[in-house]
This record gives sequence, structure tokens and C-alpha cells, in this order.
Amino acid sequence: MTFEAADGPVFALSNVSLRVAEGEFVSLIGPSGCGKTTLLRIIADLEKPSAGTITVNGLTPEEARLKRQYGYVFQAPALYPWRTVERNIRLPLEIMGFSRDERKVRAARNIELVNLKGFEKKYPWQLSGGMQQRASIARALSFDPKLLLMDEPFGALDEIVRDGLNLQLLKLWHETKKTVVFVTHSIPEAVFLSTRIIVMSPRPGRIIDVIDCDLPGSRSLDIRETPEFLSIAHRVRQGLRAGHSYDI
Amino acid sequence: MTSEAAIAREARHSLARFWHGSTGPVLIIIAAILLIWYAAAVWLNAPMIRSAAPEIAGADLIRASWQADRPLLPAPHQVLAELWRTVIETTITSKRSLVYHSWITVSSALVGFAIGALLGILLAVAIVHVRSLEKSLLPWIIASQTVPILAVAPIIIVALGSLGLVGLLPKSIISAYLCFFPVTIGMVKGLTSPDPMQLDLMRTYNAGHWQTFWKLRWPSSVPFLFASFKVAIAIALVGAIVGELPTGAQAGLGARLLAGSYYGQTIQIWAALFAAAALAALMVALVGVSERFTLRRMGAQP
Repeated sequence: MTFEAADGPVFALSNVSLRVAEGEFVSLIGPSGCGKTTLLRIIADLEKPSAGTITVNGLTPEEARLKRQYGYVFQAPALYPWRTVERNIRLPLEIMGFSRDERKVRAARNIELVNLKGFEKKYPWQLSGGMQQRASIARALSFDPKLLLMDEPFGALDEIVRDGLNLQLLKLWHETKKTVVFVTHSIPEAVFLSTRIIVMSPRPGRIIDVIDCDLPGSRSLDIRETPEFLSIAHRVRQGLRAGHSYDI
Repeated sequence: MTSEAAIAREARHSLARFWHGSTGPVLIIIAAILLIWYAAAVWLNAPMIRSAAPEIAGADLIRASWQADRPLLPAPHQVLAELWRTVIETTITSKRSLVYHSWITVSSALVGFAIGALLGILLAVAIVHVRSLEKSLLPWIIASQTVPILAVAPIIIVALGSLGLVGLLPKSIISAYLCFFPVTIGMVKGLTSPDPMQLDLMRTYNAGHWQTFWKLRWPSSVPFLFASFKVAIAIALVGAIVGELPTGAQAGLGARLLAGSYYGQTIQIWAALFAAAALAALMVALVGVSERFTLRRMGAQP
């Protein structure tokens, strides 16, 4: 993947090779500029790679996008301010031509899934940042895609809210059995959520380390104090440091 | 604390509210305008009165310059009296009623506004969807507004008149010519106002052009639409008045202005000017009310 910058091409990503299995929760972690968001956007067909191949559920990213195979959660909630929470969640369903009844049922189900019951008729500005991001997750799940792409969804939220949302996301992943590709720059978040962590480094963006993460299925936030957790976090940190050593 | 001190403090507080709120400044500006106006009326009218009757001087001269029949600059109370006579005391079907003339002008301004707003929106939609039009069409749209409307208006009126179109429609077309422009400019901005993330979201849903338009671009542009409507409706009124000038129309505020200047009826001219200003303010306010109503319905933060 190369970008044409004003002073010549910039290699945003090079030699990145990765296979994500169904039902996995894979985190891409790295400092800013390492191309983790770019990689996610390539998977989503929001950017075109200059070279290389990617398949999403056996399709090219473009085919996957045209067939609405994934839900995308952005860094900001990107809710439409003139729509209520419920109508925001119905938006993809309207576009994809679901019947009126089906839209209603699915919106209700997903509102419940992200614990926003009672806030259906609120406008985005009436919700906290964490609730807005939950609404945007419900929106991404409303049409039941197999794959969920999340780009630093909790990056703008404070630590406490982020902890709560991590727990909820974990539960939601267990319930829905989605494949998740999750971009973050928080080590504890990546270790807590993932089945696999991809450590990336910048200039050019590349994969430094792939870490399997087999923490028990039902975990609480306390797991972050256990030696297993800390040793994985340590390895992630080392990987990040190695990739970054030349410019510190 | 003594009660006198409390009263004094209370008085200070209400005085502070008076100055920091809007009442004080508004009253002061109105008073200043009236003062300057009355002074200017003396300055402009006194020489005329003195040349007719050299014996008048002092307070009499000032009084006379505020009461002249055909003054260069009528005093505020003269304009008010004329407005009272032609708006309140005359039946609205009479040719002497300012309400009658105002309605003639307003009706063609409203028709012109409707045509102009529609044209402006359609042009903006075309420009936003066909990128090459921004380079090829927009310069012409801008050029159209640099032509002085006073020069174009007679051409339009005469040309349409020769086709048998007279009355309301030619005036409306001049209004439309003026008021499509702010709508186009505002709506191009409004329709391109969604941020990249909101547009990417539509892309991930594989939404079509028209779905993106109706579900994202159009609702995003509504605040811009109303802002440009406020400009457009005021200049639609100007367009209608200008459209009444070249042919010596029989009715309308423009005709009133023209007749006033033929016969040196300055008070009538000023009354018509004030009526036009008040109507423009009223129409802009109506747009403002419908804006608040619409945005509230779209969930805007009150």
C-alpha cells in the first residue's frame, strides 16, 4: 500500500500478511502512523491497496462491501444528529431495503444488545460519549454482518467508561459470535479483548509480532492483575518498543 | 446593612442589567438615529424654506423645516403620519392604500422567491453531483450577479412584454434572477458539509447516490438552506420593486416610489421605503420562525 504524498510516495504498509479466522477477535495495535487504521480501511474497501491481495470471506474487499458483509465502527460515533438513536440504528436497514417490521424488530434487538433500552427516542446530543459509541456499535450490528471492523472505537473516551465498554463488548462478542478486527493503541484493551494481537510499527507500516492470547472465556476486569495477563501485556510492550527503537 | 444601601444596590443592579441586556443599547441607537434624522431634516430643508420666506428664523425655522409639504428630507413624524394614513386609515382595496401596493409587490416577490429557491437548489444539486460543473457552470452563475440588475430589468420586462407576458410574472423573474444565487452558493456548501466519516459510513452500507443524497446530504444542508433563504427572500423583494420601476407600473411599492419622485412627494417615497423595509424584516423573520420549527423537529439542541 503506497500513498502519493506531496514529496513522493509514502509506503504506508509493506509486507503485511495476516489471516483472520472466523469467530476470532483480532486486535491491531501500534503507535500512530503504523498503518493499522489504513489496514482496516483496506479491508473495508475504503482505501485501495497499490499492491497485494486481500480476501474478506472469500471475496475481494470491494465485493464484500457491495454485499454488505461487514459493519464498521469509526473512531467517532458518526451518528446523524437529526435522527434519534433508534432511527440511527435503522439507517443501514433502510438503505439495505429491510421491511418496515423487520427494521423495527432488529432495531429493538440491537438496542437491547448494547443496553440502550429507554433511550430510543433520544437524539445523539442527549447521550454521553460512551452511549453514543454504543449506539454506533448497535448500528453496525443491526444488519447482522459476519465481520465487525472497529477503528479505535473507545479512543476518545475516558478510562472508566472505556473499561465498562470493554466488558460489554466482550460479552457482546460471546453472544453474537462475530469475527472482530479491532484497532487500538491501548495495550490493556488489546490484551483484555483479543484472541490474537498483531503488533505493528511505523514507516513503513509492518507487523512486528503476532501474539496469541488465550485468556479464559469469561473474564472480569480483575484479570488484568493476573500474571498471565501481565506477561502478554509485557510482550506487546516489548514488540512496540522494538518497532519504535530508532526514533525514541 | 441599612435599607437605603440595599435600595441603592438594587438600583445599581437593575441599571447594570439595563446596560448589559439588549434594551439599553437598542434604545440608544434608536434615539441617536432620530436625533441625527431631525438634525439632518433641518439642515436640508431650512435653506429651501428661507429662500421662499426669508423672514422665518430661529425656532420657527426649525419647526417649519419639520413640517414642510414637500421637504427634501421629511421628518420622522411626517413619515409615520403618512404610514398611518395610508396603512390604517385607507381601505386596503383603495389605490391609495399602502397595504394594497405592498401586496402587489410581495406577491410577485414570493412567486419569484419560489422560482429562485427551486432553481438555486437544483443548480446546487447538479454542481455537487457533477464535479465538472463547479468549474464550468459556477463562474457563469457568479458572473450573472455582477450584471447590474437595473440594467437587466428593463430588458427582461420589455422582452417578456413583447411575448404578451405582463404583470406579476416578469417581476417575479427578476426576483428569481437575484435570489437563486445565494441559494445555490449556500446549498453547494450545505450539500458538501457532511464530514468524511459520515460519507464513509454510507459507503460501507453500499448506499446509492440518491440514498446518500436523501439520507445524508439533504438533511445536513437544511441549516444552510434556511440561512440562504433569509438572504434570498429579502433580495426577492428588492427584485420585485426594481421590476416595477422601468415600465412605470400602475401598482406596487416600486410604482409608489416612482410616482412619488415624479410629483416630488418625498413623504410618500419615504413611507414606501419604510413599508418595504418592514416587509423585508417581516419575511426574514417568518423564514427564521420556520427555520427554528424545522430544526427543532430535526432534533436540534434548543
